[in-house]
Amino acid sequence: MIRSILTAIALLASASTLSADTLKMAVTTSFHNSGLSDILLPEIAKDTGLDVQLIVVGTGQAIRLGEAGDVDAILVHSRKAEDAFLAGGFGTHRREIMYNDFVLIGPSDDPAQIARAETAAAALTAIASAKAPFASRGDDSGTHKKELALWGAANILEERRAPGWYNEAGAGMGATLNTAAGLNAYVLADRASWLNFGNKQSLTLLFSGDPVLFNQYAFLPVSPTKHPHVKHGLALKLEGWLTSPRAAELINNYTINGETLFTFNAE
Amino acid sequence: MVNILPLSVQNASVTRNGKHLLGPVDLEIGPTGLTIVLGPNGAGKSTLLRLLHGLEKPSAGRVRYAAPRSKAFALQAFVFQTPVMLRRTVLGNLTYPLTVHGMARHEAEKQALTWLKTLGLSGHEQQRASQLSGGERQKLALARALIRAPQLLFLDEPCANLDGAATRDIERLILEARAAGTRILMATHDLGQARRLATDVLFLNKGQVVESAPADAFFEAPQTQEAQAFLKGDLVL
Amino acid sequence: MLEIWQGIQAAFWLIVTFDADLYEIAARSLLVTCSAVAIAALIGLPLGAWLAVSRYRLRRLVIAVLNALMGLPPVVVGLVVYLMLSRSGPFGVMGLLFTPWAMIIAQVVILTPLIASIAHQSIRDLWAEYHDLLISLNTTRPQRIKTLLWDSRRALLTAALAGFGRGIGEVGAIMIVGGNIDHVTRVMTTAIALETSKGDFALAIGLGFVLIGLAVAVNLALHMLSGTEVRDRW
Repeated sequence: MIRSILTAIALLASASTLSADTLKMAVTTSFHNSGLSDILLPEIAKDTGLDVQLIVVGTGQAIRLGEAGDVDAILVHSRKAEDAFLAGGFGTHRREIMYNDFVLIGPSDDPAQIARAETAAAALTAIASAKAPFASRGDDSGTHKKELALWGAANILEERRAPGWYNEAGAGMGATLNTAAGLNAYVLADRASWLNFGNKQSLTLLFSGDPVLFNQYAFLPVSPTKHPHVKHGLALKLEGWLTSPRAAELINNYTINGETLFTFNAE
Repeated sequence: MVNILPLSVQNASVTRNGKHLLGPVDLEIGPTGLTIVLGPNGAGKSTLLRLLHGLEKPSAGRVRYAAPRSKAFALQAFVFQTPVMLRRTVLGNLTYPLTVHGMARHEAEKQALTWLKTLGLSGHEQQRASQLSGGERQKLALARALIRAPQLLFLDEPCANLDGAATRDIERLILEARAAGTRILMATHDLGQARRLATDVLFLNKGQVVESAPADAFFEAPQTQEAQAFLKGDLVL
Repeated sequence: MLEIWQGIQAAFWLIVTFDADLYEIAARSLLVTCSAVAIAALIGLPLGAWLAVSRYRLRRLVIAVLNALMGLPPVVVGLVVYLMLSRSGPFGVMGLLFTPWAMIIAQVVILTPLIASIAHQSIRDLWAEYHDLLISLNTTRPQRIKTLLWDSRRALLTAALAGFGRGIGEVGAIMIVGGNIDHVTRVMTTAIALETSKGDFALAIGLGFVLIGLAVAVNLALHMLSGTEVRDRW
């Protein structure tokens, strides 16, 4: 019986990893939760024969996986971390693929009145002034870094973000949205995760459109000099497809409830 | 053929957790006979048998078999006052001493089935040993001890918890083993049983061998005061 | 509350429509955990028996450590196994990270102390019973261990089932070392975590019900198997 189990395991393991053109890519939760990957992966397999295996993690962990050589490429959205990754020699180059945008979500009665704000900074200032509950990712992810940058731009320093209203979830986008729904709190989310989120309760989209909220996704192949085993050739093949007119069409036409989520901007 | 006997004990003592249990004892166990070990409770009867069998290490002195130690252990067996049943079938309990030392299963089962017939337990082969009655369990334990044909057999009050019929069965098996040439040392409380079985007697009191004599001589004319008192029934503790 | 009812419905439909993804991840869950339990039992049962029959100075310490390891947080195990199997780690060249093998290894680390500890407890009691007899029968230590393992096999089945229960519901370690890759390393628990993060509570709970059903089925099957053993072999 043990032998038959091991045989079965071997089959399972080999069927998926030994096929020649398998590529491991770390992507961010927000990208995966958008549902776009479910559209792109089958098309990639059809057009290029590549079996892309996604490791869905936060940006911080995605960068670590790339640094360790545990994945062949990463698709993330945190410029600072990406530049550090390249500076460390862990990636060969950075290629911008597309962007989506962040939105501010909050209780539908909007106690801080952020729906009327002119800028993202003004919206955050209003939340801080009202000491209205706010749920932060708090997990060092791309979204979390973006949020911190926005607080910085609004000049609301860390010591003013008191635990009384500012809640660090220390979790992924979905879990943080669950937390926000539970606390009836404001939260910064990427549009895709928000639209796909199933547990909205009384939360609603209150603020969007400020260009500082745009969220650039970039593709970074892991350096074969640093990690000779990585499948650099396949990563380049994937990059070629991700920047092709075919990808542009699929990305630009992807909608949820009639809303476009991503804008293709690869050059 | 290797002989385990004579077995000699030189100046041996047993102390456990700071409590002196036995000795110093000097003894020589000759090649034939059925020695009954007598004595009041706490005299050290069990400890002596366990020491001779190797279950108890002497804290001083030594126990020596005629055969080398490695061989000596294979040539002796022990039956405990409360039989330890392996959590197996009746048949499994009997074949265990054989198969654990490498005998083929079918060969071991053939021997075991013969023994079960002798014990009057035919038909119980596949029954769990723990479901047997007390007397049947002790018979099975005795057969399990005898199945490897030991030269030396220790019996520690094997009939202490048994009724008359079971005691008679056990005594019959003991006498058959003796007739087959097995050297036997047996502790008992039952003076009647001692008289029926003994060729000679070791009388212990307070951890000392007080008297060692042929059975007839011991029961007719005990030499020490303690033995006289014990036989009269005065020395119970 | 509504989600729980919807979860029951979701579980029902997933099962009766023979949802291919569900059956795939359920099978993978079983394969990973059963393999891990088998390997952990192969290590843990003899280890538990050996600890029971051996007398040496550090024994108490080893047993205390073993008991403490039972409470090891899976996330920590996952992280350590990740660092070992990472391309930058000592076993990176084997390329096991993000494969079912990595998940099995992590679960073996989690389950072995549990199985060894439970096995040690039940074998210790049996050894107290058998001690004099097995020494009297002139058995070697390996023979004693073998006898004790065989004669306490029903208690050891309980140990294995406890291991199975912990393994099949474990998510922290296998999420890290397996990566929850669709069709490669996604199992019941990581799928539940994923659906929860998407806010799709009904599907998450539905999968949870299927997981519970799976665990109950395995327990029942093994108890029936051991039941027949009782009748035929004892």
